[in-house]
Amino acid sequence: MNAYASPIERTWHIGLRVLVGLVLAFLVLPILVIIPLSFNADSFLMYPMSGYSLRWYEDFLTSPSWQNALTNSLIVSPAATVIAMTLGTLASIGLVRSNFPGKTLLMAILISPMVVPLVIVGVAMYLFFSPLGLTGTYTGLILSHAVLGVPFVITTVTATLQGFDFNMVRAASSLGANPVTAFFRVTLPLVAPGVISGGLFAFATSFDEVVVTLFMASPQQATLPRQMFAGIRENISPTIAAVATILIVLSTLMLITLEWLRRRNERLRGIRPT
Amino acid sequence: MSTDTLTLGAASPEPIAGLKQRLRRAERRRKLLYGALIAPLALFLLVAFLWPIGALLMRSIDNPEVRGVLPQTLAILDTWSEDDLPPAEAYAALASELASYKGTPELGGAAKRLNRETPGYRSLIMKTARKMPLAEGVDPQGALMTIDSRWSDVDIWHTIKRTGTPYTAFYMLSALDLDIHADGSLSATPPEEAIYLDILARTFWMSLIVAVCCLLLGFPVAYLMATLPQDKSNTLMIFVLLPFWTSVLVRVAAWIVLLQNEGLVNQALMALGITDAPLQLVFNRTGVYIAMVHILLPFMVLPLYSVMKGISPVYMRAAMSLGCPPFKSFWKVYFPQTLPGIGAGTLLVFIICMGYYITPALLGGPQEQMVSYFIAFYTNQTINWGMAAALSTVLLAATLVLYVFYARRLGANQAPAGR
Repeated sequence: MNAYASPIERTWHIGLRVLVGLVLAFLVLPILVIIPLSFNADSFLMYPMSGYSLRWYEDFLTSPSWQNALTNSLIVSPAATVIAMTLGTLASIGLVRSNFPGKTLLMAILISPMVVPLVIVGVAMYLFFSPLGLTGTYTGLILSHAVLGVPFVITTVTATLQGFDFNMVRAASSLGANPVTAFFRVTLPLVAPGVISGGLFAFATSFDEVVVTLFMASPQQATLPRQMFAGIRENISPTIAAVATILIVLSTLMLITLEWLRRRNERLRGIRPT
Repeated sequence: MSTDTLTLGAASPEPIAGLKQRLRRAERRRKLLYGALIAPLALFLLVAFLWPIGALLMRSIDNPEVRGVLPQTLAILDTWSEDDLPPAEAYAALASELASYKGTPELGGAAKRLNRETPGYRSLIMKTARKMPLAEGVDPQGALMTIDSRWSDVDIWHTIKRTGTPYTAFYMLSALDLDIHADGSLSATPPEEAIYLDILARTFWMSLIVAVCCLLLGFPVAYLMATLPQDKSNTLMIFVLLPFWTSVLVRVAAWIVLLQNEGLVNQALMALGITDAPLQLVFNRTGVYIAMVHILLPFMVLPLYSVMKGISPVYMRAAMSLGCPPFKSFWKVYFPQTLPGIGAGTLLVFIICMGYYITPALLGGPQEQMVSYFIAFYTNQTINWGMAAALSTVLLAATLVLYVFYARRLGANQAPAGR
């Protein structure tokens, strides 16, 4: 803001900042408000709080249904992420390196799980997998989550590969590396940030997935979001606030990791003019 | 490619052909390798995603119930003139097929299917099947007509024939609130029964409101972020990305806590004297709008920001140095350049919003449920898969049309995510 600004400009300048401040408060405060409530001593989810306690965390850690949900999430999400990351990374390399008619269409199909409304995915998979005996099984749930994670891996890895200099692979080959060695020693370390961010996106998608899970999972396979969905729908207790707080901490960690990876990737690209 | 091939190639024409061949072979190998890299994912998605979706869409025109139970009856009805009662063999076939399927879920399914076309059919089938099998030597036609006089009604037989076709437009037409009559003519479903167009209109309307609210709130944020120095705008970005990365269920729970009758928002409103009694802010349209705008706002800010980041401040300065007042130059020079971002963000929010299920399910009442809710309802609650498939087809078609528009016009690198 320069010294020659007119009063109107000054008002505009301050008004814009106040407005943006309010919008950002709208974005972040609701998430922060739930955190103190998870330490509430009594069982009401409202302010003012009567005292502090860790009983809702204890409830989360001892209740069989929440423990079951946590275990299920820790089985399903990593497994789905590994499948999506492996298939997605390989396909991305193939896609970036080759040119064929219909490539745009294929690319659109590979990222389509991101576009189709989740209820449609859920119903379609339920009706298709149930005659095969795959609904209500871990296999079915993991496969469905892997499908949903694939587009994130494809988009991030192909974006990373756009800036990747394939002459490095040639250099490795000319120095006697076989294709597998060249992939693991040259390609993978350089595109790792993209692969890991894609994996994080896929993991976050699966870890937060509830709609397809509603159709595909039996109560034995209820994941954390599925359990939260049931909890919110029936009787919203402070245990939900405790789980929410844990999830907020987790998503903050993922956000920090991603930001770090992005900076690292930019730095690596900065060194190497392409 | 070794060097000696090249020197040899220069010496005689034959090895050049060999070189070409080898090049071609290498090229083919390369193509095969990349094909082999793509193939596993393509196959996986084909089997686990495209096929199921295709099978679901097929169900919207699929008509298996009556065909499965009454194949012989339908075969006889094929040659039936349709003006008169069907031949006696049709009655005999119906009686024997009802007898063999008596008490099975297949018969229940067929009865339900017939009932959708002609109300009362289910009880007719069930009542008749209960009297099966007929005693030896009884005339089936007379017996059926004695069990229920409706079997002497030509229209009842028309319904069987009509529902016995391999494919039907019934569900798709119902999803658009159209009735199909015995003679094949169409008419609008009477208003007291028509629900689907209302649901579709509600889905579009709510998505539009959410998209517009997101635009109004997101534009100033993106604008400020694009004009601030990088380190400051990075800090603001954290405020946008943190909710983006937080579980949708956490955010829904947070809004229930905030907006409930004893929640902070009502406490604040009452403390400020704006209202005396708590306002109903949740489990109605207000709550759904607030939470949806909160969840989708980052999807608006991110594309807007990336477009605004690319707008050079030089144009605005030029306009102002030529004497254009600040607001006019903003409106005439800066704003038009943000239109691609506005289009991308609005379409993106609209597309994601249309498919939303959990937010309205948890925060809304019956009047807030969108198409997705009814798809789930018909799948889980009433087991009317044809209707679920037809509504899915309509929703998917709307989504894809908008998405193609979005991708063509604005680049598909930022596809919708997270619901």
